[in-house]
Amino acid sequence: MIRFLLRRIGVVIPTFLGITLLAFSLIHLIPGDPILVMMGERHIDPEFYKLSMQKLGLDQPLYLQYWHYLTHALHGDLGVSVRSQVPVMQEFLTLFPATVELSICAMIFATIVGLGAGIIAAVKRGSVADHGVMGVALAGYSMPIFWWGLILIMVFSVQLGLTPVSGRIDLLYDVTPVTGLMLVDTLLAHDMDAFKSALEHLILPSIVLGTIPMAVIARMTRSSMLEVLREDYIRTARAKGLSTTRIVLVHGLRNALMPVVTVIGLQVGTLLAGAVLTETIFSWPGVGSWLINAIGARDYPVVQGGILLIATLIIFVNLLVDVLYGIINPRIRHAR
Amino acid sequence: MAQTVQTTAPVSTEVLSHPTPLHEFWLAYRANKGALIALAYLVILVLAALLAPLIAPHSPSEQFRDFMLTPPSWMHEGHARFLLGTDELGRDILSRLMHGARLSLMIGLVSVIVSLIPGIALGLLAAFYPGWLGTAIMRLMDIMLALPSLLLAIAIVAVLGPGLVNTMLALSIVTLPSYVRLTRASAMAELSKDYVIAAKLSGAGKVRLMFNTVLPNCMAPLIVQATLGFSSAILDTAALGFLGLGVQPPLPEWGTMLAAARDYIERAWWVVTMPGVTILITVLALNLMGDGLRDALDPKLKRLA
Repeated sequence: MIRFLLRRIGVVIPTFLGITLLAFSLIHLIPGDPILVMMGERHIDPEFYKLSMQKLGLDQPLYLQYWHYLTHALHGDLGVSVRSQVPVMQEFLTLFPATVELSICAMIFATIVGLGAGIIAAVKRGSVADHGVMGVALAGYSMPIFWWGLILIMVFSVQLGLTPVSGRIDLLYDVTPVTGLMLVDTLLAHDMDAFKSALEHLILPSIVLGTIPMAVIARMTRSSMLEVLREDYIRTARAKGLSTTRIVLVHGLRNALMPVVTVIGLQVGTLLAGAVLTETIFSWPGVGSWLINAIGARDYPVVQGGILLIATLIIFVNLLVDVLYGIINPRIRHAR
Repeated sequence: MAQTVQTTAPVSTEVLSHPTPLHEFWLAYRANKGALIALAYLVILVLAALLAPLIAPHSPSEQFRDFMLTPPSWMHEGHARFLLGTDELGRDILSRLMHGARLSLMIGLVSVIVSLIPGIALGLLAAFYPGWLGTAIMRLMDIMLALPSLLLAIAIVAVLGPGLVNTMLALSIVTLPSYVRLTRASAMAELSKDYVIAAKLSGAGKVRLMFNTVLPNCMAPLIVQATLGFSSAILDTAALGFLGLGVQPPLPEWGTMLAAARDYIERAWWVVTMPGVTILITVLALNLMGDGLRDALDPKLKRLA
């Protein structure tokens, strides 16, 4: 187990270094002078220019600059946002819970609907329900989610007036952030009206962000279930006279779940990429919309830091999934 | 070429000659109804894109000031001149979508080709030189895969600046790893086969082995991947356009059209709906075609149906 762990970590370290190199290069690949691009002014005070160069360390040789960048990054220092003058790490940490909350809710939606639809499709194979589920899954898989979000807003918020258009909670409520997760914070404050408002704000963004993972999970569940339902032990269970529900849920699903769990773990990248689009549509104050706004404002320390943090997150979650998979399934652990 | 290929398909007694590989492929592809419909749609789309300057009812940039936000023609306020209605500047949506198809298809095609060629070359190199060169190539691809394709594309465009050419470049870079990995994996599988060893023994050089012996046998999964790459390129182009980081207005790129339509969500559903439906159907068709190609070209990869 230790060797398996070390081998996995051995792969992760060069990837992480590569990502830091990528984030570091970002600022050097900008065509033109980075300071001028960021300040956006034609006539800049030469003193101020020199000071900015020194502040960003751009007057040093490249390898030294990278070394400083790397050591600072490892200490959690990713520079200061040009716009707000707040450290990038601090901004990330305040906004990150919003993205986490949205992603968790999206994943809950995707897992419940995807698993359910996949099971029904597999059990009723070849039926109208099966074709319907597979059709919806294919459409979901091909969905431009930024458009899907607009359509849902158009129907449910504008036409029917059922859900709010944007934001995390109604401006009426003032919730003191404890965990940063709005649902948890409102519960901690025992404010049920605020909780309801936060929940309403979460519904549409969660559906939008969860659509592609839902489609992937439904397809995976169906094919995994079909494979399992052919096994001899399912026939044995049938012969014993067990109820269909018990056979499907206990004997079938349990054994079909392994590939599905892996797929769920591997959706982190999809979720974070989708969060950029979803948060932009719903004005959700998370790291995705933060990154896009920073690009618009040419706030390069934020762009650099945001890309690095998101990539690091994905690398580590994938490592975690890998290790967990190795713990559950010894065959993976010993495979070379 | 055709007469040297042995087919393994069961030949019924009525059929006197073996079907050509192309015909055999077509028979297999035709069996998939969804893939067939997708192909028909894509043929129409390509024709509409190619002939857009000739058959589009209006110019994509002509502004009919008296017909701003006109609904589609089948609604009672609609106008027969504008089949799918007009946008906020009075431009014909159908014409813009047809011209937008030119952009989307071109970006998709260019980014697939620009990414496929170095992808194949790097993949073959990694398979033939599994030492430090292969390891270095694969590590580099792992780094590129650490970020989801859209995020990597956003990072690249953030540096290079938005625009048509930079979108193509960004999308070519982000799809590179999938081709490299796929080529390497299929080439490695081929390398241990007898025919490759025979070619090696008869004195074929490395380059000949790579491109003449091994590569043609790796093409099936690559064609499938290229189709799927095409669909994700179209989706990512639209996403970048929507975020304002891709093709810039007034060019009628589908995602860019959607970004402009956001402000009219309360008043003009067609401005929002039409570009999105076009993107969805096109991506769906490409995915269906990819599935059909996979089943027809490579029965081994066929999913549990």
